[in-house]
Amino acid sequence: MAAARFIRARLIRAAEAPPIVGPAAIEVFARRHRLRPYEALPWLTALGAYVLFPGYLPLAAQTLATILFALSADLVLGYAGIVTLGQAAFFGTGAYTAGILAANDWGEPITGLFAAAVTAAVIGFLSGLLILRSSGLTLLMQTLVVAALLREAANKASAITGGDDGLQGMQVWPIFGHFEFGLFGRTGFFYCLAVLFLCWLIVRRLVHSPFGRSLTGIRENVARMHAIGAPVFWRRLTVYTISAGLAGISGALIAQTTSFVGLDSLGLERSGTVLIMLIIGGVGRLYGAFIGVPLYMIAQDRFSSIDPVYWYFWIGLLMVLLVTFARGGVLGLVDRFWPAGRRL
Amino acid sequence: MSIAFSAGLSVAFHGIAFAMVLYLISVGLSVTMGMMGFVNLAHGVFAMAGGYVMTGLMNRWGVPLPLSLAAATVAVALASLPIERLLYRRLYGGDELDQVLLTMGLIFMSGAAAQYLFGALQQPLRLPPSLNGGVRLGFGEVPVYDMLLIGCGAGLVTALWLGIERSRFGAKIRAAVDNLRMAQSIGIDTSRLFALTFALGSGLAAFGGGLGASLITIAPGYALDNLVYFLIVVAIGGLGNIRGPFFAALLVGVADSACKYLIPQFGAFFIYAMTMAILLWRPHGLFGRA
Repeated sequence: MAAARFIRARLIRAAEAPPIVGPAAIEVFARRHRLRPYEALPWLTALGAYVLFPGYLPLAAQTLATILFALSADLVLGYAGIVTLGQAAFFGTGAYTAGILAANDWGEPITGLFAAAVTAAVIGFLSGLLILRSSGLTLLMQTLVVAALLREAANKASAITGGDDGLQGMQVWPIFGHFEFGLFGRTGFFYCLAVLFLCWLIVRRLVHSPFGRSLTGIRENVARMHAIGAPVFWRRLTVYTISAGLAGISGALIAQTTSFVGLDSLGLERSGTVLIMLIIGGVGRLYGAFIGVPLYMIAQDRFSSIDPVYWYFWIGLLMVLLVTFARGGVLGLVDRFWPAGRRL
Repeated sequence: MSIAFSAGLSVAFHGIAFAMVLYLISVGLSVTMGMMGFVNLAHGVFAMAGGYVMTGLMNRWGVPLPLSLAAATVAVALASLPIERLLYRRLYGGDELDQVLLTMGLIFMSGAAAQYLFGALQQPLRLPPSLNGGVRLGFGEVPVYDMLLIGCGAGLVTALWLGIERSRFGAKIRAAVDNLRMAQSIGIDTSRLFALTFALGSGLAAFGGGLGASLITIAPGYALDNLVYFLIVVAIGGLGNIRGPFFAALLVGVADSACKYLIPQFGAFFIYAMTMAILLWRPHGLFGRA
């Protein structure tokens, strides 16, 4: 339904504009992935936040890691059109992998990240192999159930994971044996920023590649992609695996910077919240995550300091108002006033 | 009487009672999802509201149970009407993600509101002494309240099935689920139908939430904590029908009760695994249509 509306809007726009043919068309595609000046904005903002709000560095590091989580969700949801309520499965797998390594005498952070990415990607690949032929509510439920099964497993394996009490005793070593994770969170901040930047480069490259274009095609019209011979299932499985790996890195980042992993890292609430943050920013546009996550996390921080008990009432109200008056998220609002910004 | 038999009996009764509650709450969700294509994650909010109204009336003002339950059902059904008109209707046939955002927002707001009004603790259900013991049947002892739950549930299920199969209103609902455009073309006022169905589903959920307050405890986290169970019942039962969720609820209720008794160390693991297996075997649920 949503896809159909989208296509109609595209068709209308295509009919209005004169068709682009020949070398001009090639030029359009060749220019698509070029870096634009405004793409420096998130990184400048992050550095600005470092200078202006030194007291908020731990929150900023959490925000950066969560942006990566939202980016991974956007890859499956926004680009491949897989509606998932189980993205926390991979976040939690990554967090537990890094956490268990650090609690068992291997606190080297970078290898921990890699281990987390690989483990989460393997889980993503195996579960995707099972469930990615479904669609709609069935797929939604299956993604949810995968996360729920992992959560139960982590709960029962309390000898390794700490179960309900959470994983304790993580010893994370200094990065490159030199930069220690200190009390003020400076190392954690730059660590998260650097990892997010690298992952963002990968995701950006991915969505502008022919592979990324074929994902958009699958989202817009599966039947047609089947008809032109695209290996739909394998494309979806590939992006699901990559996304799982990125979510795993994000979980590992949070585990390493906070030295704690709890069962909630695999919970439904986390899968739901990341979806909410992404929708608030704008889905399927690479920068939705960079807007939605800080907005949500700053709102949560502010509301909970003003009204510590009932802050989530205000967050809920914000969500209801947003969906009633500003559909398509913040970037959807931007579109309305600045149509040229659609590429964002 | 062997111990195994009486244990099996109590597991079965408890499971069926739980299934009745699950069904009453989930059936409205199945119909709204099937008919309006609306992913209403906030459906549990109506069950929670029913539970709060009922326990509130009973505990604060000493209103008898049947009256409180009826009041809760009517109040929630009426309250759901403006919510449907003002918030839900704008998103019918729209983007699923907008629906997720709206209904998650409602879950957050209702949870905070419940905590503000009733506190963070769970609401006790203080049963009158006549409902509190066990009753000896020919084959063993069974809790009275479970019997009551099963009786009420069975009565409502029968009424609901007859209503949907035999009444004009039921025929309209079935027509709209089968083919919305065709139903509109032959002059069914689907906008009004949606509102009434929504209110009916919410009222049933409130009834289930209130009656089942002893099985699914009433606390601010209700809507989110139990969401997975409601969704499982709908997904296994198949969208847009009222029979599927009944058998799905029976399956989930009895399996859950049996697992918690026989293999408590695996908790909900078995239910999730079963859901996954069923959905892989039949993606549209046991009773759904492709």
